[in-house]
Amino acid sequence: MSEQVKKFLYVNRKAPYGTIYALESLEVVLIGAAFDQDVSLAFIDDGVFQLTKGQDTKEIGVKNFSPTYRALGDYEVTKLYVEKESLIERGLSTDDLQELTYEDEDDDWAEKPSIRIVSRKEMGELMGNQDVVLSF
Amino acid sequence: MAYDVNGTAVEHDEEGYITNLSDWSKELADIISKAEEIEMTDEHWAVVNFLREYYDEYQIAPAVRVLVKSIKKSLGPDIGNNKYMYELFPYGPAKQACKIAGLPKPTGCV
Amino acid sequence: MASLHTVNKSPFSINSLKSCLEHANDGDTILLIEDGIYGALKGSEISQIVADKIGSLSIIALEPDMKARGIDSSKILTGIITTNYDGFVELAAKHDVCQAWL
Repeated sequence: MSEQVKKFLYVNRKAPYGTIYALESLEVVLIGAAFDQDVSLAFIDDGVFQLTKGQDTKEIGVKNFSPTYRALGDYEVTKLYVEKESLIERGLSTDDLQELTYEDEDDDWAEKPSIRIVSRKEMGELMGNQDVVLSF
Repeated sequence: MAYDVNGTAVEHDEEGYITNLSDWSKELADIISKAEEIEMTDEHWAVVNFLREYYDEYQIAPAVRVLVKSIKKSLGPDIGNNKYMYELFPYGPAKQACKIAGLPKPTGCV
Repeated sequence: MASLHTVNKSPFSINSLKSCLEHANDGDTILLIEDGIYGALKGSEISQIVADKIGSLSIIALEPDMKARGIDSSKILTGIITTNYDGFVELAAKHDVCQAWL
């Protein structure tokens, strides 16, 4: 079985509410999580806006799906790579992002951060090291 | 299509999931459970309440395996296992329990 | 394990090409399709950024999309090659991973 596990990378490059890409990506990730693959999520360019805290969509009449990112840990999606340069270009820092964690089954359910800040160079290497890349 | 809750109509879709999540009440849950031919016990309510809390926090209905794992953690392995969940909700815990809990059909559930 | 990247948006309205160039690894191939072919133009404000990558990356533009937009080979950067639909299919088949920059 283990030899069938593939490395899947979901690349998120769009802001959350202007287009449907971000929500579609999140739904595909949640559905795809049932297949027990080695899943990573990448947030680059405007995709980093998906993870900002304090989102409130009441007045634009669409569903606020930012709390759903906090459920990813339950789905064993625990690697969310966020690109540092994309944050800086947009005047953001890690303090502007939601705190996302997962419970590590192999470490007595210790709570660990899911967000990993990486450089653009590291992000490129991560992309080059996948079996499947899905773009949103 | 609508359920009749003490004279008030609560809209639902063709599969019986209610249209407005805020229309939910315990009385409605009883009505839906009867339509699903489920006799609600404390364990049923524990699952339904868990689902409502999960949805409130994460804005999604959890997948079955997530539900089972979480129930196992909060209520113990006697209740939190696949077999028992399907005894409680024979047509699928996520699908049936979500309907009774007034949640949308779970993502990825066909 | 080299990747094939496709870019289908104009670099003058969306940053997909720039982001793609910055994330692609040496030896990767970038295929410019649809409005993405405008990224092959010489003398544009991003030409230099594209030209600097020719060599470490293989940059290819799709002829039918160029023709449709009135762009012939004389207008594109030296070192960018062109291909047709058959070439597109061959590229896709040759690479293990295809990554679309939307």
